[in-house]
Amino acid sequence: MNTFWSRLYSWADERVKLGGLVEYMGKKYVPVNRHSIWYYFGGVSLFLFIIQVVTGILLLLYYKSGELLAFESIQFIMAKVRFGWLIRSLHSWTANLFVLTAMIHMFSVFFGKAYRKPRGITWITGMVMFFLALGFGFSGYLLPWNELAFFATKVGTDIAGAVPIVGKPMMVFLRGGEDVTGATLSRFFGFHVALLPGIFTVFLGIHLLLVQRQGMSEPLSHGDSPDTERKTMPFFPNFLLRDMLFWLMVLNLLAILAVFFPWELGKKADAFASAPAGIKPEWYFLFMFQTLKYIPGKILFIDGEVLGILVFGLAGFLWLMVPFWDRKSSRGETNRLINYVGIFVVFYMIILTIVGWIV
Amino acid sequence: MTSEVGPNGEQETRRGFLRYLLGGGLVASLAAVLYPIMAYLKPPQQAEVEVTSVKAGKVSAMEKESGIIVRFGNKPVILVRNAAGEFRAFSATCTHLDCTVQFRKDMGLIWCACHNGRYDLNGRNVAGPPPRPLDEYRVIIQGEDISISKKA
Repeated sequence: MNTFWSRLYSWADERVKLGGLVEYMGKKYVPVNRHSIWYYFGGVSLFLFIIQVVTGILLLLYYKSGELLAFESIQFIMAKVRFGWLIRSLHSWTANLFVLTAMIHMFSVFFGKAYRKPRGITWITGMVMFFLALGFGFSGYLLPWNELAFFATKVGTDIAGAVPIVGKPMMVFLRGGEDVTGATLSRFFGFHVALLPGIFTVFLGIHLLLVQRQGMSEPLSHGDSPDTERKTMPFFPNFLLRDMLFWLMVLNLLAILAVFFPWELGKKADAFASAPAGIKPEWYFLFMFQTLKYIPGKILFIDGEVLGILVFGLAGFLWLMVPFWDRKSSRGETNRLINYVGIFVVFYMIILTIVGWIV
Repeated sequence: MTSEVGPNGEQETRRGFLRYLLGGGLVASLAAVLYPIMAYLKPPQQAEVEVTSVKAGKVSAMEKESGIIVRFGNKPVILVRNAAGEFRAFSATCTHLDCTVQFRKDMGLIWCACHNGRYDLNGRNVAGPPPRPLDEYRVIIQGEDISISKKA
C-alpha cells in the first residue's frame, strides 16, 4: 500500500512538481502562546462553511422556490424525506454557529491587533466574508417562507430603503418590486444559492492564501522576545490534528443541537395577517433591532431609523477600515484606544442582545 | 493625441488615434453589456388592478372594540370598531418599517409587534418609533354592509 501512495505521489510530482509545496508546508510553524486558542476559530469557521455547502446542496435537491411551493417543500423535506429533518436542522444550526465562530474569530483578531501591517488585506477579506455571512443568514431566513421570515424581510429591506438616495432603488432591487412577494423569494433564493456562494468563495480563497503565505500573527507583546525564545508548533501535522479534533467536537455539538433542538418551521407567511407578537430577528441582528426600538420617530428633522442606519453604517465602515486608521499598532506600539473601542462594541452587542431577547 | 510632428510623428498620431478607437470601443462594448444587465435587474411595473373600494363584511359580524385586517387590492387595511361602535379604517402598514399592525383590545390601541409602535384609534402615532400616522381610509355603512374606500 505504501508503494502505491509513493508511486501516486511521484506520478503527480513528475507532472506538477509537488516537491516545493510539500517542503513549504513542512516548514510552516504556528506560534505557541497563551492566546493560541483563538487560532482555532478561523479553521472551525471554515469547517462550518463546508458543512453549509454540503447540507445546502442536499437541501437544493428537494427545495422548491416560489410562494406556493417553498413552505410546503420544506414541510416535505422535514416529514417525508429520510433524514430530511436532520439536514434542514443542521443547516439552520450551522448557520448560527458559523456566525458565532466568525464573530469570535473577528474579535480575537481585533483585540490581538492581528489586522496590523502586513495583514490588512486578510482583515478586509475576512470582514467582507463576515458581511456576506450576514447576507447568507438574511437571505436564507426567507426561503422557508414562514410568517417570521416574511416580516423580518419586510423590516430588513425597508431599513435598506431608508438609506438616503440609493435606498429606494436598492429596496426595489432586493424585493423585486415595491412589496415583499414571491418575486422577493425568487431573488433571495438566487442570492443565497448562487450569487453569495460565488463571491464568498473568491474571498475565502484570497483569505486562506494570505494566511498560508504570511502565517499566524502573534500578539504585539511577543514582538520583543528573540526568535530563539519563541515557542512554535509545526502546522503539519501537529496543528492540523488539533484543528481537526476541534472540528470533530463541533460536529458532535451540531449533531446534539440538530437532534434535540430541531429547527422549527412555524406558520406559512400570509401577506394579510398582522405581524405576530414577540417577533424577533435572528440573534445576530438583535442588537441593531433593539437599538431601532429605542430611537424615537424623529430626531430634529431626520427620521429616527435613517439616523440609526447611518450610525450603524458608519460604525461598520470604521470597523472594516481599522487597519488603515490604527497606525500605532502597525508600528508595533500599544494602542489602548482599540481595546476600549472593542470592549465597548462587545458590551454594547451583548447587553442589547440580552435586552432584546428578554423584552 | 499630440500634434507634434517628430521623426515618426505620423506614426504617433496614428497610434494615438488607434488607442482612442480601441479604448472607445471597449467602453462601448462594456456599456452594451452592462446596460441590459442593469435594466434586467429592475423589476418591471406590474399592471395592478386599481382598487377603489372593497366590501369588508357585515356590521353585526364585528363586535365593539375589535379589529380585522381587510384585503384592499394588494395592500392590507385594518378596520376597527371602537367602544362607541364607530368604524374606522386605516392602512395596516406600519409607517415605521413596513410591518402589519393589529388591534389590541387590552391596550385599546392599534399596535405593531415588530418594534412596539402604537397608534390610537384615530390612527395617530402615539408611542414608539412610528414617524407618521397611519393613512386613513373611508368607511361607508350601507345598511348591514361595510365597505372601505380610499380617501379622495
